[in-house]
Amino acid sequence: MDTGQSILAFTSGLVVLMTAAYILARRQAVATASTGVKMHSLPGQYGWYAVITAALPALGVAIAGAFLHLVGFPAPSGIIIVVAALAIAAGGLWYGLHTVRPSLRARAFIDNVVRRLLQAAALVSIFTTIGIVLSVLFESLRFFGEISFLDFITGTEWNPSAAFGGDTGMAPEFGAVPLFLGTAVISLIAMCVALPVGLFAAIYMAEYASAPVRAWAKPVLEVLAGIPTVVYGFFAALTVSPLVVVVAEFFGLDVEYTNALAPGLVMGIMITPYISSLSDDVLNAVPNKLREGAYALGTTRAETIKHIVLPAAFPGILAASLLGVSRALGETMIVVMAAGLRPNMTINPLEDLTTVTVQISDSLTGDLSFDSPATQSAFALGLVLFAVTLNFNLISNVMVRRFRQRYV
Amino acid sequence: MAINHQATQQSVQDRLKRRYRADRRFKAYSIGALCVAIAFLALFFTDIVIKALPGLQQAEIELTYTYTDDVMFDPGAGVQGDEALADEFNSLISRGWTRLLPEELEDNPELEGTTETLWVLATDDVDQYLKGEYNALGEEERALVDRLAEDGRASLNFNTYLFTNGDSKLPEMAGLKSALVGSLYLVFLVFIFAFPLGVMTAVYLEEYAPENQLTNWIEVNINNLAAVPSIIFGLLGLAVFINFFGAPRSSALVGGLTIGIMTLPLIIIAGRAALRAVPDSIRQGALAVGASRWQMVKDHVLPLALPGILTGTIIGMAVAIGETAPLLIIGMIAYIPEAPTSFTEAATVLPAQIFTWAGMPEQSYTGRTAAGILVLLAVMITMNATAIYLRNRYTRRW
Repeated sequence: MDTGQSILAFTSGLVVLMTAAYILARRQAVATASTGVKMHSLPGQYGWYAVITAALPALGVAIAGAFLHLVGFPAPSGIIIVVAALAIAAGGLWYGLHTVRPSLRARAFIDNVVRRLLQAAALVSIFTTIGIVLSVLFESLRFFGEISFLDFITGTEWNPSAAFGGDTGMAPEFGAVPLFLGTAVISLIAMCVALPVGLFAAIYMAEYASAPVRAWAKPVLEVLAGIPTVVYGFFAALTVSPLVVVVAEFFGLDVEYTNALAPGLVMGIMITPYISSLSDDVLNAVPNKLREGAYALGTTRAETIKHIVLPAAFPGILAASLLGVSRALGETMIVVMAAGLRPNMTINPLEDLTTVTVQISDSLTGDLSFDSPATQSAFALGLVLFAVTLNFNLISNVMVRRFRQRYV
Repeated sequence: MAINHQATQQSVQDRLKRRYRADRRFKAYSIGALCVAIAFLALFFTDIVIKALPGLQQAEIELTYTYTDDVMFDPGAGVQGDEALADEFNSLISRGWTRLLPEELEDNPELEGTTETLWVLATDDVDQYLKGEYNALGEEERALVDRLAEDGRASLNFNTYLFTNGDSKLPEMAGLKSALVGSLYLVFLVFIFAFPLGVMTAVYLEEYAPENQLTNWIEVNINNLAAVPSIIFGLLGLAVFINFFGAPRSSALVGGLTIGIMTLPLIIIAGRAALRAVPDSIRQGALAVGASRWQMVKDHVLPLALPGILTGTIIGMAVAIGETAPLLIIGMIAYIPEAPTSFTEAATVLPAQIFTWAGMPEQSYTGRTAAGILVLLAVMITMNATAIYLRNRYTRRW
């Protein structure tokens, strides 16, 4: 029996047993109740009680068995697990039926089990974070076992492919500074577009726009947020890059096709809606009495916004920008499609730069072996990226919370 | 004194003018920002549509064809009534069609000896020539295509191959079918995985969770996961699902789980907002007539919050459909000519197909990439429009 068949056999067997449990327990409860005895719960609730006693332990065994199989532990074969789990389900069914009696608080039992189930579901998010940290950390540690952390973080030569070749006589080099620099330059270009455009768009919507204009302008910005990044990448590579080349050559500048300007500009447009929507919320949360006080002193609208509203909303706007930077640092498709692959120690946006995300995806596509430092280096870069964006996100969250506490 | 007074007034007037000018300038900047966004959108959509138009058309040639045993070895031999076309057969008619000839004859032996007139897929060069692009056709071949086009026997027709074929190394044969099926698999898995977990988490946090450190931790985690770069989820999928659990690389299963984990926070956040919108009087009413907490949730709160939860879920699914970066990492950019038939088979999805085509050197893939983008955007817009419709139709204001 293969995995699919095992799962199918187990599920169908379990469903049959669960149905039987519900019907039998309910019938038993109805029979008891008809003799005039006062039951604690409704008959259906006794039915569900039996369903839980039948299904829960069986599911536990089945999942434990499947897990052992997956990690490659010496575990019993699929068919034995299925049979054992179904036997346990039958036992649970018998136990459930056996314990159905008028004093049994089936309703409270169900409530308790449901609460535990929901709590378990909520814990998945914590496990995901732990999973991310562990998976990235584990491979990174193996990487740092071979390459010193200091060399990685301060080295200026990135040449992982030599780890494969060997015949070139060059040792692989893992100095990540050019990647960090490239990421920083492209993110900076993006923020130079996104921050003014996003902030002013938010100011227009929060302070100037009438309700109908707002109802029509907000979706326009949301469309920008909804466009898949691979589509932005296509646009950056095939439309904006050639455009940048034409314009730059017109001014007599030396420019490469995989320049950093094109992905930066397009990424800026991509981030704009994140900044505008969060800033819009924040500006709307600034109490009107502040504005009215300023108007009463005779300031113009622009002065009110510049000197009263924006300073009041500053923590929120800073949070929005941090979130925007975090998006820019982690954005992958646009740079993979439009930026270069050559590590380049330059801050000239007309040259080709490479970024952390480009290198991660480059070293993990195609044939890979988990033992080579070239593959593991991707996880080390991932670790840095995760750590940096995590900090930005946490600071941004704290900022927003502070801001809300001040005005709500 | 009088002069001084006037001077003061003058300076106030001047300053006021300057301040009003600054005021207008400021407003102009803010309108300008919005205009930048609108201009970008206009440029973007125009550009994609113009690039997609050639991709939506495909050159075909009309043939009168007789099926005989000979066509197995010399496909040109079957062409009736056009010597020139028979001679140039291999450079004008796509190998995608001739390759299928023997199979078709084997499947339908009764075709043997019959003659029919049919439109057949032309080669990429003919296609590019008819579209006025660079191509590798020689003088004679061009003249032949010109003659056929004049007779109405070679023309650009709607590109149905785009939807009926999987990926192909022949540009004229390449289609989106396997990617569409892959995307369907992926979305199904994402929904199965993320929807129940997301709703359960949202219900727990809104209806059950006590205010303690654990709840606080869960909330911080969810907010953070919603902002983690998507490529990091790819690393998680690679390390945990593929390397640790040994799930097959490039499969829809791994892709669905990875994207599902990514979509989870979106569904949780939307679900919580929907649950919070249900007024407390509903809960108190249910509890007052003796419902247990779970009865209150499942019979009263959840049904009322469901439209909001579904709206958020659909929007989350639209994001999931367009996501590419984590799929690069787990290898879902493989070359997949045939639509997958199981969750563990190697598969590709729509955005990944767009990515692969965008990297192809042949000019004709550009049109197909843009056409693929239009399909992807159409799917996403449909989903979002459905969500907005549901929101407007079913959301109750309390």
